[in-house]
Amino acid sequence: MDWKHDSLASRRMILGLAAGAVATASLGRSAMAQRIKTKARIVIIGAGAAGTAIANRLALRLEDATITVIDGRRNHVYQPGLSLVAAGLRPAAYVVSRTTDWLLPGVTLIEEPALAIDPVAKTVATAGRNTLPYDYLIVAPGLVLDHEAIEGFSLDLVGSNGIGALYAGPEYAARTWAAASRFAEKGGVGVFTRPATEMKCAGAPLKHTFLIDDIASRAVGAGRYKITYAASADSLFSVPIVSEKVRMLFDERGIKASYNHVLKAVDPGRRIATFTTPTGDKELNYDYLHVIPPQRAPGVIRQSGLSWAEKWKDQGWVEVDQATLRHRRFPEVFALGDVAGVPKGKTAASVKWQVPVVEDHLTAAIQGREGTQTFNGYTSCPLMTRVGRAMLVEFDYKSNLAPSFPGVIAPLEELWISWLMKEVALRATYNAMLRGKA
Amino acid sequence: MKDLTLETLVAVFEELYGATLFWSLVAVAALVTAGYLYVLIRDRAMSMRRFLWAQLSMPFGAIAAVLFVLAFTHSGLGDLGGPIDWIVLLGVALLGAGGTAILVYTSQTLLRASPVVIRRRGAL
Repeated sequence: MDWKHDSLASRRMILGLAAGAVATASLGRSAMAQRIKTKARIVIIGAGAAGTAIANRLALRLEDATITVIDGRRNHVYQPGLSLVAAGLRPAAYVVSRTTDWLLPGVTLIEEPALAIDPVAKTVATAGRNTLPYDYLIVAPGLVLDHEAIEGFSLDLVGSNGIGALYAGPEYAARTWAAASRFAEKGGVGVFTRPATEMKCAGAPLKHTFLIDDIASRAVGAGRYKITYAASADSLFSVPIVSEKVRMLFDERGIKASYNHVLKAVDPGRRIATFTTPTGDKELNYDYLHVIPPQRAPGVIRQSGLSWAEKWKDQGWVEVDQATLRHRRFPEVFALGDVAGVPKGKTAASVKWQVPVVEDHLTAAIQGREGTQTFNGYTSCPLMTRVGRAMLVEFDYKSNLAPSFPGVIAPLEELWISWLMKEVALRATYNAMLRGKA
Repeated sequence: MKDLTLETLVAVFEELYGATLFWSLVAVAALVTAGYLYVLIRDRAMSMRRFLWAQLSMPFGAIAAVLFVLAFTHSGLGDLGGPIDWIVLLGVALLGAGGTAILVYTSQTLLRASPVVIRRRGAL
């Protein structure tokens, strides 16, 4: 009869656990429930990952505030999924949703691009000739891909002529897969590039290289294709320990690394890519070429006087304090996401860590005090090395590894669980972040 | 992960499956568990015969769960790289096995009458 007592005991335990869980959940909610009453006018430029997440967080935290988001794009793109689309693992639709799907009722969306910012008069003008005065401004417009900087390249080439460009958006990522899969089936020479500017998710060029190598090894087979990774600098990744690990994996897999090669021009007819190198221009033949163009802050930011004057002169990232993301000259202005002028961190994972910091400093300013939270440069990159495996690479400003699960998920080990995170759990986490819940 | 609270986890699972499907799955799991507890309390005994069938079904449940997860995530057994991967896979197998066992036991019991009733009927 002992089992019966056991089952009763375990039943009690289960009920106890459930009650505990509910209590924990409601505690979390009551912490969020302390709303701040304010008449502040907050303007947010951009409804991407950062703009949407901060708008919703503020809508949850503030009562009676006017929160306006300005963005002319109707679609919201889940950009971390583009690598999956470009490897044929997900359709283009996987990364596309409507901007309006995500914004909470307390947020007003103006569906026009921002045209000008006047940080002295504290106004933003939109393309529809609206002029919005603000008390606080959050700039989160993302960045622009400067495709024109590469001679001979245009976006219509993507998908044919052996050219891929997965950063350009969902449709282009799908067309990239069309070109890459042809290469994986027929073989030949694959050339993978990255720009010399700051860029969003510096791991993505490596992911695409690794995945297409893995897919080609299963399709056309070893010996029938060659891959060159053209690194723009003298390392493969900005974090030395990660760069070394990638170098070892490249060696193991027979992927050739060419350092200090910056893509300058493409001749799609002859299938030749020209690179600027320290010893002069160099031409490489290709059957598949992955193009990632230089990346810069949008024109509206670069013309607003908010950019760094002495750093990143050709790129125009916003001059913010790297710990608080607050503008160094205009304290009522914050920058979030790709456009922020901080080292590293142009990823959705960084956004997830940045949003609570800006929320803290902004709500503190509204209450007339100083915020306390700081951003340490955390960023994360589930670096997919095969279809089925990834390394969970997390690091901070100092290039220190910052593992979320130390002792459980080893940072530089190719693991299935890291793949599961990227392929299954990441979009859900991202969506929860957009809704201001995570 | 920044704050891994229960609320975050629930939010993530809601996004993963869609809120409706997630809570339906939770409801199904709760119903099956409730059904299991109900038959345990009702019968005041575990039928070893049914439990045997439940046990026999466990390996199938375990394998099915593993195959489902591998297919759903475009991966194969060769992708398992470290101890944590085997632990996760074992967890998936255990969940599949346990879930199937409880489901098989409960459905056998609910589809038939209680052994006490059967015994009484036999006595009559």
